Amino acid sequence: MTTLQTVFSKARAENRAALVGYLPAGFPTKDGAVAAATAMVEAGCDVIEIGLPYSDPLMDGPTIQDAVHRSLENGTRIADVMRTVEGVAKTGAATLVMTYWNPIDRYGATRFARDLANAGGVGTITPDLTPEESGVWLQESKDAGIDTVFLVAPSSTEDRIGKVAKICTGFVYAASLMGVTGARESVGSAAEGLVARTRQHTSLPVCVGLGVGTGAQAAEVAAYADGVIVGSAFIRRLLDAPDEASGLASVRELAAELAAGVRR
Amino acid sequence: MSLTEGPIVTAADLAGNGVYGDDPDGDGKFGIFGGRFVPEALIPALDEVAAEYEKAKTDEEFLREFDHLLRTYAGRPTTLTEVPRFAEHAGGARIVLKREDLTHTGAHKINNVLGQALLTRRLGKTRVIAETGAGQHGVATATAAALLGLECVIYMGAVDCERQALNVARMKLLGATVVPVTNGSQTLKDAINEAFRDWVTNVDRTHYLFGTVAGPHPFPEIVRDFARIIGVEARRQILELTGRLPDAVCAAVGGGSNAIGIFHAFIGDEGVRLYGYEAAGHGLESGEHALTLTAGSVGVLHGARTYVLQDEEGQTIESHSISAGLDYPGVGPEHAWLKDSGRAVYEGITDAEAMEAFALLARTEGIIPAIESSHALAGALKLGRELGPEATILVNLSGRGDKDMGTAMKYFNL
Repeated sequence: MTTLQTVFSKARAENRAALVGYLPAGFPTKDGAVAAATAMVEAGCDVIEIGLPYSDPLMDGPTIQDAVHRSLENGTRIADVMRTVEGVAKTGAATLVMTYWNPIDRYGATRFARDLANAGGVGTITPDLTPEESGVWLQESKDAGIDTVFLVAPSSTEDRIGKVAKICTGFVYAASLMGVTGARESVGSAAEGLVARTRQHTSLPVCVGLGVGTGAQAAEVAAYADGVIVGSAFIRRLLDAPDEASGLASVRELAAELAAGVRR
Repeated sequence: MSLTEGPIVTAADLAGNGVYGDDPDGDGKFGIFGGRFVPEALIPALDEVAAEYEKAKTDEEFLREFDHLLRTYAGRPTTLTEVPRFAEHAGGARIVLKREDLTHTGAHKINNVLGQALLTRRLGKTRVIAETGAGQHGVATATAAALLGLECVIYMGAVDCERQALNVARMKLLGATVVPVTNGSQTLKDAINEAFRDWVTNVDRTHYLFGTVAGPHPFPEIVRDFARIIGVEARRQILELTGRLPDAVCAAVGGGSNAIGIFHAFIGDEGVRLYGYEAAGHGLESGEHALTLTAGSVGVLHGARTYVLQDEEGQTIESHSISAGLDYPGVGPEHAWLKDSGRAVYEGITDAEAMEAFALLARTEGIIPAIESSHALAGALKLGRELGPEATILVNLSGRGDKDMGTAMKYFNL
């Protein structure tokens, strides 16, 4: 199992940013997700976030909503998410689960943390779990030996960045702009400042996500962040592909472009 | 009624000061319920709204302005109407209606909307967004936005747009942009998701004018406080009318704003039973219902811990009700708390029972109620038979039925 610590020290040693790719479990199919994530790792992703499909993804834009909807239609369950993590972790990438809080809460925090650790997962990203509500999850994650990643945003005050950074392990996720997930023409101008502000509060790596989708954007972000997070752009490639094989080829191509970007 | 004298809303009415019930704690919790489960990006906006509201609720000028709008624009105080011919079907118990249907725009939603629209102006924001189910909150928001010159965007499930086409037209006429939401179940819950997405994107100039007592803190508290006037008035009025407090207060519960609005002034009155009626749709066994409190489980939806209709892995289960306003798989956290503490009792009313009460009130009293409110009326019919002829039951007639005529025509073959 590759830990986040290993990934970031390796990237630092190579004087580059880490590349983090996101895909929801069960999309385009249960096996297809493992195949796509494997292609992403082979082409240069260091970390994979497996999304847990949820019925009410209020932080996600249309691309991820569409993929998540298809995944739920495919009958994806939490056991499938764990199997996906297991398959992806075997590739050697540090594998996380990104999920809204309610599925963990309902499944049982103890059970979720244990099952994720057993599947080879190294942690979670929980976009709607605030520091005030995080107590139970921090304890369970600590007990299971997995990392807890939370988000800061351009609107975050110094006080909030401090509170969030304090409960993060692994890395801090900096949202590049005010908005939902989805590739955009340009990465938010607030991102660089947010990363700098976050560094005042923590020595953890800071990764930037939301709106990144091209090699040029990855290079731009890699200049000031420890990691570049890309989700919707990968999903878009799979959605637009006429068949699974060309989808995989397309995802591989994008991962290679982004991997070159973080090395520029 | 002596309510034409003196202010309708006082600082005490809004702030409560423990007189009418408990405020949430520092983290916005009612017991274990409530709180904030939202993207960190929205925390500063929620803090800003909470701070501004804290100032506003004891600010003389704000209270005067709110009071003025309630009186001269919304048509407050609303009257009580005793309905003896309807009550004959309730075992002879005395039934008294609080006539929120007579407010401007035809439902209790106007109270909260006027309060929050004034708050929007204080926040220095120029744009409001809102979700709507039946369209009543959307119409009320569009109305207040027109009145105060605010840009207005309403998110409404595509299914609801069809069910409530008349309200869509009203919103458009009032200058609002109505965005039909086509993802998920295409009803209220998806409209709320979409409104949150808009808010996180445009938060610097936008206030999310939340329509019910659900959502992240401080919305459950703010919406309740602005709706509290319903119960504050009704309590004074029924004392004048009957010389004593009612035996029971009934209200329909979807998200729960009209119910909290009328319950809250009575929470401290131990002898007054509080009954909330949820939509049982086609019945519990059918699986097609909106029985969040009576058949749901504790979870997190739309930013708060509360009762939720969900499966064993936390996926939201789609609700069903003939009434769009009750068709919601969550409920306000304070209702969850009132249920668990035993202070209020929640029961289900089926589509059929609600429609029977809808037609009965029209025929016996010449009042066409909203189908949402008809759930409370149906509850009162049952309760009256249980409590007997000595009992007095206060029912919140939260809205009028004009918007429901399409549904009624279909249902009754009119």
